[in-house]
Amino acid sequence: MSTALSVRNLSKRYRIKHGGERGYHTLRDEIASGFGRLVGRAAPRRETVEEFWAVEDASFEIKTGERVGIIGRNGAGKSTLLKMLSKIVEPTRGRIEIHGRLSSLLEVGTGFHSELTGRENVFLNGAILGMPREETLRKFEEIVAFAGVERFIDTPVKHYSSGMYMRLAFAVAANLDPDILLIDEVLAVGDLAFQQKCLGKIESITNAGRTVLFVSHNLGSVSSLCSSAMLMDAGRIVAIGDVPGVVMKYYRDGASSPAAFDLSDGRRPVGNHHARLLAGRVVDGSGAPSMEVDISHDTTLEMEFEILDSHPGPFIPNFHFHTSDGTVAFVSVDTTRNVSSPGRYLSRCEIPGNLLNEGTYFVGLGLTTFSTGVTVHFFEPGAVSFNVRDPIENVASRGDWGGAMPGSVRPNLAWTTERIS
Amino acid sequence: MTKAATPSDGKRLTVIEAGRANREYFEDLWRFRELFFILVWRDLLIRYKQAALGLAWTLLKPLLTALVFALVFGKLVKIPSGGMPHAPFIYAALVPWLFFASSIAESSTSLASHSALISKVYFPRLLIPLVATCVALIDMLIALALLVPMLVVFGVEPSWRLLALIPLTLLTAALAFGLGAWSAALHVRYRDTGIVLPFVLQFGLYLSPVIFPSDLVPWPWRVLYSLNPMVGVIEGFRWASFPDQAVHASAIATSVMAAGLFLFFGLRYFRGIERDLADVI
Repeated sequence: MSTALSVRNLSKRYRIKHGGERGYHTLRDEIASGFGRLVGRAAPRRETVEEFWAVEDASFEIKTGERVGIIGRNGAGKSTLLKMLSKIVEPTRGRIEIHGRLSSLLEVGTGFHSELTGRENVFLNGAILGMPREETLRKFEEIVAFAGVERFIDTPVKHYSSGMYMRLAFAVAANLDPDILLIDEVLAVGDLAFQQKCLGKIESITNAGRTVLFVSHNLGSVSSLCSSAMLMDAGRIVAIGDVPGVVMKYYRDGASSPAAFDLSDGRRPVGNHHARLLAGRVVDGSGAPSMEVDISHDTTLEMEFEILDSHPGPFIPNFHFHTSDGTVAFVSVDTTRNVSSPGRYLSRCEIPGNLLNEGTYFVGLGLTTFSTGVTVHFFEPGAVSFNVRDPIENVASRGDWGGAMPGSVRPNLAWTTERIS
Repeated sequence: MTKAATPSDGKRLTVIEAGRANREYFEDLWRFRELFFILVWRDLLIRYKQAALGLAWTLLKPLLTALVFALVFGKLVKIPSGGMPHAPFIYAALVPWLFFASSIAESSTSLASHSALISKVYFPRLLIPLVATCVALIDMLIALALLVPMLVVFGVEPSWRLLALIPLTLLTAALAFGLGAWSAALHVRYRDTGIVLPFVLQFGLYLSPVIFPSDLVPWPWRVLYSLNPMVGVIEGFRWASFPDQAVHASAIATSVMAAGLFLFFGLRYFRGIERDLADVI
């Protein structure tokens, strides 16, 4: 198989200035300090410069048709790597060779303008993503059909629902037809059905012999989408290989605890103008976050969220449990119907011991209203994950069998077996 | 560093290395020409969608400004106009001046206003101030089309000299683009450029011979005055529009030299900040 992408000793250095109050200068500062130097009274600069390598000495090769997931905690260098591959930032050192046309999707709908119609935005977005005009023209029908916005194609996109907007934006990107596609977290938007459609489209893109690099903190979608994975930590590539092996290494390193996250600082808002996701946790019996869960112990999933304004009908929290190969184990929905007025809420869902089989579970956290049609206020797939561990003391459910038990559930059921003759 | 084997499947090979983008920069600028046209088309489309008056507004702005100036400075203050009717006299200068000023003002904030695009997709960033200059140029050409009927209405006979407006317009565009790219880059590095620049441009209107003829400036000061590159341009526009208007070769030469210098240093400074633009914007 031929090489699609080859990266040698790639490094990117950033300099962070300390001491200055602002991240930028003003002409006023510059003139003042210039004048200071001129009269020989220049105040010593208190600024110190710290160097840090966002990506350090990365080397890897990707074969044509491979689907590689890049995982790692925040700040590991995943996005910087992608930005260097897409020529947005220049590497400090090293070399990248790209065989064929590369398109990068760091965001869906880049450059969309709300005053322009759907049709105009398709051409604008196509040009921004590097699609020649004739190609956009040729694929126009297909793009519009995939997005399902035929009737509104000459309406300004400011009148679109957020779902229609996202569908149209993704449709342009999905029809790019590149040899190599770089994707950064774009799938973490839209409702579940649309995400499934996008995943399907991306799978069909890869089946056509294209190469995909997929950056995500969502191990669930990496597991289901990618043929291999690459783990980054502190700017370095620490593992490349098959997905389960790399995912397990990620867990063992404990560099990040996938059992809990906190979005309450608002840097990455998840939600719409009605509701916002604040935090999610997997906690054990003592109430401490825990990613390792004993198979016989009770585990609790917690979700904190904020209702920003009233919306007809109760908000229904819901948790989606997936196994590491992407299959749905089950979906659990809050039945208390307690959430309707603005404020902060904490939802807790208890999973009894002796229910899930050993293995890794990814939990998607969602909030939905059903009163005026189905509205997904947020859905964060694979937001938290935990590992169900079987210390092999638990003979109740496994009998004398010492190997792995198949299936995603492993309940202790009431058995009776008696001799009947 | 090892050299990779030549691809056997005939697919294009792109190599990214530190400093390498420099060498392919102007080639890339050409490859992204389609994006350039589409961004110009987008800006024009948005403007005419948002403004109820649309195209008329592009004409009304210089026209009304010229008429007000003609009334105030011509009829009330009685500033001489070399025997020319005041309205076309001012209009012929106002058209290049407004293009110059609005082009620089638009360019200077253009990088900042495209920050979302810059941090998400690759293209030569010089396209952004180039688009801003081009949109301002289209406005200017629309306003310029009104100059000939205006001359006729005020009894000035148009001559072959009007053809000189073509190179003069290109000269103004070169000046505006050089300074526009420069100020766009400055605006990224020094945020108070956005406060200083409109002020400087406001002054520029009175430092350039828009509402008065340039020979109103006494002789020894004329040399210094001609260092303002818009003096040559505006004299040129008046020379092309009216009979018996003098144009000083030295003033035109200064403008041409200034355009060359602005383009050279402006683009060099721009390229300098462009390298890590996506990180600082």
